[in-house]
Amino acid sequence: MSDAIDIRRVVKRYGTFTALHGVSLTIRDNEFFTLLGPSGCGKTTLLRMIAGFEDVTQGEILLFGQNIAGLEPDRRPVNTVFQNYALFPHMSVLDNVAFGLKMKGMAAETRRARAGKMLEMVHLSAFADRLPAQLSGGQQQRVALARALAPEPRVLLLDEPLSALDLKLRQAMRVELKQLQEDTGITFIFVTHDQEEALTMSDRIAVMSAGHVQQIGSAREIYEAPVNRFVADFIGETNLLEVDIVSVAAGTARVTLPGGHPLTCPSATDSLGKHALSIRPERLSLVAEGGDLDVTVERVVYLGTDLQLLTRLQGGMEMHVRIQNSARVTVPKVGDRVGLRIEEGAARLLAD
Amino acid sequence: MAGMVPDQTPSAAGDGYRRIVGPLLLPTWVVIGIFLVLPVALMAVYSVLTKEFRGGVDWQFSLAAYDQFFLNRGLFGDEPPTLEWTYITIFWRSIWQAAMATALCLAIGFPTAWFIATRPANTRGIWLFLITIPYWVNLLIRTVSLKFLIRDNGPLNEALMGAGLIDGPLPLVNTNLAVQLGLFYSYLPFMVLPVYAAVERYNFAYSEAAADLYASRWVTLREIVLPIVKPGIVAGCLLVFIPSLGAFLAPDLLGGAKTFMIGSLIDEQFKGSLGNWPFGAAVSMILMTLVMIALLFYARSTAKGGAA
Amino acid sequence: MKGVRHYPGFLAITILCLVVLYAPLLVIMAYSFNGSTSITTWGGFSLHWYVDVFTGAEAARFGQAAWNSLTIAIIAATASTAIATAAAVAMIRGGTFRGKRATFALINMPLMVPEIVTAVATLIFFAMIGLTTGYLTILIAHITFCIPFAYLPIAARLQGIEGHYEQAARDLYASRWQAFRLILLPLMAPGVVSGYLLAFIISLDDFIITNFVKGAGMETLPTAIFGSVKQGIKPNIMAISTLMLVVSILFVTLSYLINRKGRRAP
Repeated sequence: MSDAIDIRRVVKRYGTFTALHGVSLTIRDNEFFTLLGPSGCGKTTLLRMIAGFEDVTQGEILLFGQNIAGLEPDRRPVNTVFQNYALFPHMSVLDNVAFGLKMKGMAAETRRARAGKMLEMVHLSAFADRLPAQLSGGQQQRVALARALAPEPRVLLLDEPLSALDLKLRQAMRVELKQLQEDTGITFIFVTHDQEEALTMSDRIAVMSAGHVQQIGSAREIYEAPVNRFVADFIGETNLLEVDIVSVAAGTARVTLPGGHPLTCPSATDSLGKHALSIRPERLSLVAEGGDLDVTVERVVYLGTDLQLLTRLQGGMEMHVRIQNSARVTVPKVGDRVGLRIEEGAARLLAD
Repeated sequence: MAGMVPDQTPSAAGDGYRRIVGPLLLPTWVVIGIFLVLPVALMAVYSVLTKEFRGGVDWQFSLAAYDQFFLNRGLFGDEPPTLEWTYITIFWRSIWQAAMATALCLAIGFPTAWFIATRPANTRGIWLFLITIPYWVNLLIRTVSLKFLIRDNGPLNEALMGAGLIDGPLPLVNTNLAVQLGLFYSYLPFMVLPVYAAVERYNFAYSEAAADLYASRWVTLREIVLPIVKPGIVAGCLLVFIPSLGAFLAPDLLGGAKTFMIGSLIDEQFKGSLGNWPFGAAVSMILMTLVMIALLFYARSTAKGGAA
Repeated sequence: MKGVRHYPGFLAITILCLVVLYAPLLVIMAYSFNGSTSITTWGGFSLHWYVDVFTGAEAARFGQAAWNSLTIAIIAATASTAIATAAAVAMIRGGTFRGKRATFALINMPLMVPEIVTAVATLIFFAMIGLTTGYLTILIAHITFCIPFAYLPIAARLQGIEGHYEQAARDLYASRWQAFRLILLPLMAPGVVSGYLLAFIISLDDFIITNFVKGAGMETLPTAIFGSVKQGIKPNIMAISTLMLVVSILFVTLSYLINRKGRRAP
């Protein structure tokens, strides 16, 4: 597999503000790649740089080996699905989809046929002659997709395209988008702040924060093996415990838990001393005895499929526990002292 | 290293108009610069030149125009100077007339603007349109129409006498009131529009809160509404006051010798051999100074309003 | 319970406001159909004065004045709209640049300076550079003071168009010029048309400045009407006024409708 995009030490400054601090990452061809992070982390800036709407202050962006830093947006074989779709309000749906083909000089008849085919692909053939304002949000979204895909870009950029849709539609579109990416074989670069979106669709995810890439990996890697506090905290819910590392070798460490119990766990760091240990709430289970941690139950929250237990360690730290809501489970009462068992390999030492 | 691009490179982005801001604005700069800024500067120069008797000027520095405006040196110019009241009176009258017209516009314009702003959203446009249409009719025609309506044996007096409300015609034309009416009629939409914009943005929950706390309708208006929509009212007052101050048509057509205003005074200085260009330029300068002071006052009041 | 929006008497004042605004216009329209030669007595319905406008003693003078007014308004509106469109694109789409505030003040200057002062200054300027007052000087003055009137609706419209439409076009292989011509221009068209109509009416209406810079023998409709009115309001003036009034209202209504339609589309 070749690399579709190679971003090399890219820096973006606006005056004295630095939006991106030397970001490097590669995106493979045919990959569904997601830039995930909170607002202001630089993900949209990076996307707009690839599209050509922002200059690169420093560094290079290679598109299939070619440096595109100086190219105008209309010279890049890259198309964008904009956050609010940016469908041209004065043109029909068909003309919108055919616009890029027209700009590329395709003859009127060929481009109408191709645009019609694209509309067929997104199930909107019946709406070809409507104006964008006459479509629903979900339909506009699909027109925007068809428009961006019509010129057969080598890379498709999607800037939070689902954020304007309601929950049901958003969930349906996730499946459709992934399917579309697999069918077309085009590289998708997807920007979102919604971790669920990122986890469900992506081949790989880059988690970004404050202008830095924090971690790159598959959904599973990022959720289960976060490298630092930010990633562990941002993706899903987690418990972070301060622990002492007793010994560490080959990515495995022995630590002492609060309360004195020892634990062997995978580690992202090789140094000794105090480090944060991340444990997901659903990887904890209640045991009568022989638990790794001893806690007091402070509150039981009913969540439907799950129960959330808010518990406290003797030292004063809070531990969240999630257990399935099932008739087989005995639900502890507030004030009960219970033991918590950490699932094998589920706790992970973070680098910082 | 290829990536050493300096910070300030123009963006390759869609805001490509940034690069051609200069060429795009050039026509505006040239036209307004040459045909308005330059002339106003030239007018300032003319106001300190010596008058030429057939109109025009002698290029000889002289403060005669301002001297004539402010000082009285007697018939032959040899008496000790005292303050000249003729022109100051004309200015004072103009300010008074403009102020009265502004007050009239506010008295009618505020309730109108309020009424329109509280209509359902889909009919507001129609109401506003009805208010603004007359403004787009030629000012001259509007003023002439008003004169026709209110003259001694015009339709208004005929109707009032026919109804038995008055015995003889009301002498309206050539009075201060007629000029005020004319100015009011000329600039009323300038009051309604900004006040409307302010009332439309007003959050009526404030009024409800005031009513909830035992304030009557009119107390609410005075204590809550007026302070909040004040920026709109100030803007409206200025938009009526400034053009009224230098108005020419209303005083000229509806007024007489007793209602002589700045506009006519300036006009006279450029008509035929009786004219005095430096004096006309000086009066214009003084008028413009007054207007700039009013605008400055406005700018300060909005700056304060923004900070509050 | 009438609610906090209701104030007793405000409806009455609004109606009074409309009556005051429209009564003089309606009266003059009505009297333009007066069959009598006297302006005070009603002599039955007649189109006599409209015939007089086109064939009477003053027909030639008013015809020439109307022609001057019309051609000046067309040229001035075209030029000022072109200038204002370029300026609006720079001001709204050009980002921040040095001198932006000064430029904004410059564009609005014709609205700030009292009309009579503009008139005086312009006359002095033309006298100084030795340009004989006449058609050309009127035209130059009109182009200048029409710029802010054309600018306002265009800028307002442009402000409402989000930048991402042009970015989308650029992304889809349109050049800068194509993005402007195919996307921005059609979207801002209602504002441009509106600005053009406004400038046209403003030019057609102007009296004060025109009166100063027209020179001897040159007349536009307002200056010709003013000259006649000085000798008393004659019925043919009412007919001309009614015609101008109808044209103005037609134009404003058109501008209003175009703008409303344009606002609804996106």
